[in-house]
Amino acid sequence: MATQRINMPQLGESVTEGTISNWLIKEGDQVDKYDPIAEVMTDKVNAEVPSSFSGVIKEIIAIEGEVIEVGQLMCYIETTESNAPEQTQQKQPVEKTSTQQSDRSMKNRYSPAVMRIAQENDIDLTTVEGSGKNGRITRKDVEKIVKEGKQVSRSDKAQVEETSQNNEALEEFTPPIIRRKSVEARPGDREIPVTGLRRTIAQNMVRSKTEIPHAWMMIEVDVTNLVAYRNAEKDKFKENEGYNLSYFAFFLNAVAKALKKFPELNSCWAGDKIIQRNDINLSIAVAHEHELYVPVIKNVDEKSIKGIAKEIHQLSRKARTGTLSKEDMEDGTFTVNNTGSFGSVESMGVINYPQSAILQVESIVKRPVIIDDMFAARDMVNLCLSLDHRVLDGVICGAFLSHVKAILESISSDTTPIY
Amino acid sequence: MPVLNYIQAVKEALKEEMERDEKVYVLGEDVGVRGGVFRATEGLYEQFGELRVLDTPLAESAIAGVGIGSAMYGMRPVAEMQFADFIMPAVNQIISEAAKIRYRSNNDWHCPITIRAPYGGGVHGALYHSQSIEAVFANQPGLKIVMPSSPYDVKGLLKAAIRDDDPVLFLEHKRAYRLLKEEVPEGEYTLPIGKADVKRTGSDVTVITYGLCVHFAKEAAEKLEQQGISTEILDLRTVYPLDKEAIIHSASKTGKVLLVTEDNKEGSIIGEVAAIISEHCLFDLDAPIQRLAGPEVPAMPYAPTLEKEFMMNPDKIEAAIKDLAEF
Repeated sequence: MATQRINMPQLGESVTEGTISNWLIKEGDQVDKYDPIAEVMTDKVNAEVPSSFSGVIKEIIAIEGEVIEVGQLMCYIETTESNAPEQTQQKQPVEKTSTQQSDRSMKNRYSPAVMRIAQENDIDLTTVEGSGKNGRITRKDVEKIVKEGKQVSRSDKAQVEETSQNNEALEEFTPPIIRRKSVEARPGDREIPVTGLRRTIAQNMVRSKTEIPHAWMMIEVDVTNLVAYRNAEKDKFKENEGYNLSYFAFFLNAVAKALKKFPELNSCWAGDKIIQRNDINLSIAVAHEHELYVPVIKNVDEKSIKGIAKEIHQLSRKARTGTLSKEDMEDGTFTVNNTGSFGSVESMGVINYPQSAILQVESIVKRPVIIDDMFAARDMVNLCLSLDHRVLDGVICGAFLSHVKAILESISSDTTPIY
Repeated sequence: MPVLNYIQAVKEALKEEMERDEKVYVLGEDVGVRGGVFRATEGLYEQFGELRVLDTPLAESAIAGVGIGSAMYGMRPVAEMQFADFIMPAVNQIISEAAKIRYRSNNDWHCPITIRAPYGGGVHGALYHSQSIEAVFANQPGLKIVMPSSPYDVKGLLKAAIRDDDPVLFLEHKRAYRLLKEEVPEGEYTLPIGKADVKRTGSDVTVITYGLCVHFAKEAAEKLEQQGISTEILDLRTVYPLDKEAIIHSASKTGKVLLVTEDNKEGSIIGEVAAIISEHCLFDLDAPIQRLAGPEVPAMPYAPTLEKEFMMNPDKIEAAIKDLAEF
């Protein structure tokens, strides 16, 4: 018998915290290993946390509604298993649960002594529970960790992340130092609390824009043929399949084909290397009310127009009903953003970190164009590409865009069957 | 071992030094026949006679001046200011003459005078009998300022002061005179001037103070120990020049420092202590350095309620230590 900690697991890349939405067990319950013990809501997904051990739940530390950082204690379990690697940690944070719920404003205020000791001993302070006033980490807290030799060092943590996730590029990121004046609300202003998802969007955007040197390109495509082809097929398609034959499916198809030819764009920056992805998994942005989800369509290059249209339809529905799973959001390699759906004709996308490029498909608009020295009314669309200039250069991206253009302009029932 | 109070320890040190060295003599207002207003020189007049126990006029400048002159000619005077508040007429003698003569004469002359003065409040002494004057003298190289916190320290430090070849200002807290008692060894011992003393070891908070406040800090620390707060107390003993090494050591040990003085806060001794700590201990500090001191009011009030408000006491120190421990 030994008391073990069950900590908040890593529930997806770039997830750093989760809210306990529901405990599925209570103190004294017998659980088996891998039994679900709690429902956790992260900014990306809802998930169930499995028990890491078989045993009896001894003490529940985290309360429902509480935001718990990855790696932080959720509950104690009295195990029936022997060998207990983390036994030494068991007692320490018990008395701190009450302060945890109250004022934590000093949690990230480190004294010079705490910073020095943490640096000298490679302690990740974000994982340390503070015993000082308002959650402050005291010198004694870190000294205790050093003495007990159980520090969660940065390198250890990085390794854990690396093995559990294939997010090699993440570890080189150092968060920017943000010095900003506090913004005060004026009388009559409405204050909207930043929810988990909004905060994640903000963090990802800041991370992408501060780390990735963005460059932009735009190309104009004549999609008159595509419009004609799609208009000819859409009613029949809707009737047969029950969902829309969207333009977006054709664009994804063209992008996947072009990525096959130019795999340089299907890659990510990994510090000392560039990783070129084998799979072509396209992230698509789906907005719902005030939220933005980026689900992924896997292996788009292997799918027909119908297959892609179906997945777009399914993922959009899941996003609207809030049922997107963790798997739905994972492993994207390139992002295509349907900015035209809200009328945009030109935009500069922010790259979906850690990918290396994002393509914005703008509105299709009828415009006068000159063909063979004559005016013609054509359906035109702008494609805007943001690229990570560490990974990509103008020449390759220009070639990629030209290829996408060529594919789109030659679309017909011959070149691009729907089924 | 006999138990002596603070003033008895003063008397014993004077007596032993006068017996040991016939160049040692005392001078001051009413130190002779009367035996001093606080009875510090009681019996000395009878034992050593009027030539070694001099009653002086009410002229502090003269007491200091006569002492300084005789010291330069080889005597070991112990001059008494009846109250530290009255030392002001002697400031010129002490600062411009005693403190500087060795430097000014390129080491040809020196001035082994000890000037004793009772300081501090809490005795219903009001404006002219309650002042803390150490800060006035605490930036004069050549002068040492000793402020003992207990009878044992008084005896050892006063004997060391008398034997010191340079001027020493020896400040005794008048409330401590009969308040503090402890075992004091008979006979010979001295304590080093310029060295602070750890009065209590602890690991949560370091209190650095001197004089009567050491006693208050000890009381506070004992109460807090029952609540699980461990307090280190460093008694400066010599407030000028400061024992940097001991200050740095004790401050670094806990990283949380409370500095206490009965004096007005701004420009006081503990400000200098804080400066030493911030120069040397930044990466060991776990909390802002805290100062607990008298208010910025010109003098200790006479009204008992206001005097109590002004005076340092164990409760104030306890609350301040607790705040730091919880930080």
